[in-house]
Amino acid sequence: MMTRKIRLSDGIGYAFVYAMTAAAFIPLIAFLVYVLAKGIGRVNWEFLSSASSSMESGGIFAPLFGTLVLTLLSLLVAVPISLLAAVYLSEYARKDRWFRIIELTIVNLAGVPSVVYGLFGLGLFVIFFGLGKSLIAGALTMACMSLPLLVTVFYQALKAVPLTLREASLALGASKLSTTFRIVVPTALPGIFTGVILATARIAGETAPVLFTVAAYYMPNLPQSLSDQSMLLSYHLYVISTQNTGVKDEQKFAVTLILVLLVLVVNLVAIGLRSRARKKIGNLG
Amino acid sequence: MSLEKRSRIAEYLIEKGLIRLSGYAAVLVLLLILFFIMREGLPFFGVYNAGDFLFKTDWYPLSGRYGMLPLLTGSVMVTVLSLVVAVPMAIGTAIFISELAPARVRGIFKVLLEILASIPSVVFGFLGIIFLGPWVQKTFGLQTGLNAFSAGILLAFMALPTIASVADEALQAVPRSLREASLALGASRIQTIFRITFPAASSGVIAGVMLGIGRAIGETMTVMMVAGGSAQVTMNPMAPVRTMTGTIAAEMGEVVMGDDHYRALFMIGLLLFVITLGVNTLSGIIIERIRRGQGGQKS
Repeated sequence: MMTRKIRLSDGIGYAFVYAMTAAAFIPLIAFLVYVLAKGIGRVNWEFLSSASSSMESGGIFAPLFGTLVLTLLSLLVAVPISLLAAVYLSEYARKDRWFRIIELTIVNLAGVPSVVYGLFGLGLFVIFFGLGKSLIAGALTMACMSLPLLVTVFYQALKAVPLTLREASLALGASKLSTTFRIVVPTALPGIFTGVILATARIAGETAPVLFTVAAYYMPNLPQSLSDQSMLLSYHLYVISTQNTGVKDEQKFAVTLILVLLVLVVNLVAIGLRSRARKKIGNLG
Repeated sequence: MSLEKRSRIAEYLIEKGLIRLSGYAAVLVLLLILFFIMREGLPFFGVYNAGDFLFKTDWYPLSGRYGMLPLLTGSVMVTVLSLVVAVPMAIGTAIFISELAPARVRGIFKVLLEILASIPSVVFGFLGIIFLGPWVQKTFGLQTGLNAFSAGILLAFMALPTIASVADEALQAVPRSLREASLALGASRIQTIFRITFPAASSGVIAGVMLGIGRAIGETMTVMMVAGGSAQVTMNPMAPVRTMTGTIAAEMGEVVMGDDHYRALFMIGLLLFVITLGVNTLSGIIIERIRRGQGGQKS
């Protein structure tokens, strides 16, 4: 009697865990498959490479190009600063109160809503610096937004480098600075690269921070300079799925597919790299 | 000699200047965010009563009325709805990947969680408009399926990876000895999980839920596209609502820079910033405590 009761409650427990896990992941997988099925028919080389003559027809080269340029620019700004910040935290900073403050700031910065980054970019870059709504203003905004993610991942990558490597280098007479940049950073490179790729996916997918800083509803031409506005893939999807633009569902699914694929592939590369980096560092230790 | 000296000086400058300064970049960015949002927003209170802004329920910017309470309740409503859906799923998922799944399966599900976390919010919004909204409308016989309920469900899937991975971390941090003691006393695996392991990890789960709150309340594109956009104070989850984030994103494009409406939107941003800062700091403190406590137990 007793054992039976226990078995029943065990059954309920297992049922809960499995049902909830299924509820969490089945919609995800179903959605990915569905978007692939609905959108793939529209995707071909022409769709990707031709600029659209109007919103309803033609390719998505303009928003795709805008997203790539914006992402690259943001990384160009954010990666060097983040790397130096991570170097400071892992190699130089004493673990005092200031260290805790920086740590807490990074956690909080990561939690600031993306639309608040948009307001900030509008207030600082677009208005105060007078950059206007432009690629450069958008990139600087995105750079600030990706800073916490980059610093965190870089910091962990540098931390994972075994102490013995540093000691060996220092014992051979190398200065701390050259030990850091000739030994520690190169060893941590796979982890650093992982961070860069994760940030790429994040920037490419974000919409809210670019609304007021760079995104253009529709442009007949590609942006000619960094002070031009640009179409962006994520914002383009927002526009065609909310405004009555006469864009067909198939086209919407195709744009969704490209955006999801872009982010997904980039993320999977990062995950693969990270697991390899962990193994490699493990061997060094 | 002098060459060496010069390179010493260069090194010193790089270390004490460039590297150290970059270390504080995050602090600088946080302060800049605060400063520039206040710079654009605070003058609003020179022309509009702060009490009216916070507690009045009429958000009609075109007629100069900026009572933002409906936007706050809208944000709270979709956040609560999303948690009701997300928390059980996240706990189930965390228990599965931490306690039940074999290592290989655990790895796969952790990757799946990361994929879920990486799906852009605008894609969730699209999903809401094209599937979930019409489905909710038909199933419940409503005028519109774009409402708090639909937005809450989508937000749940966006908050889920955050909650589940923090909860997983907390479960992993529970010392093995606790589980072994429970099993050795004859408890079943499930009993051990629900009576021993999970309670021991509960503060971590709470920290995860709080991070999830921060995520959900700050989410913008999905709620703007799916929540329905009507600024009203309501307890009905099937009613269309408007959130703080959605209002900023939707209306900033239409305002004249520097006018009252523009400044009011910045004040909403400031409020949002303060709320998320509070929630995240609190969860950060809890997580920090767990990590320390864990170190203590191991030794």
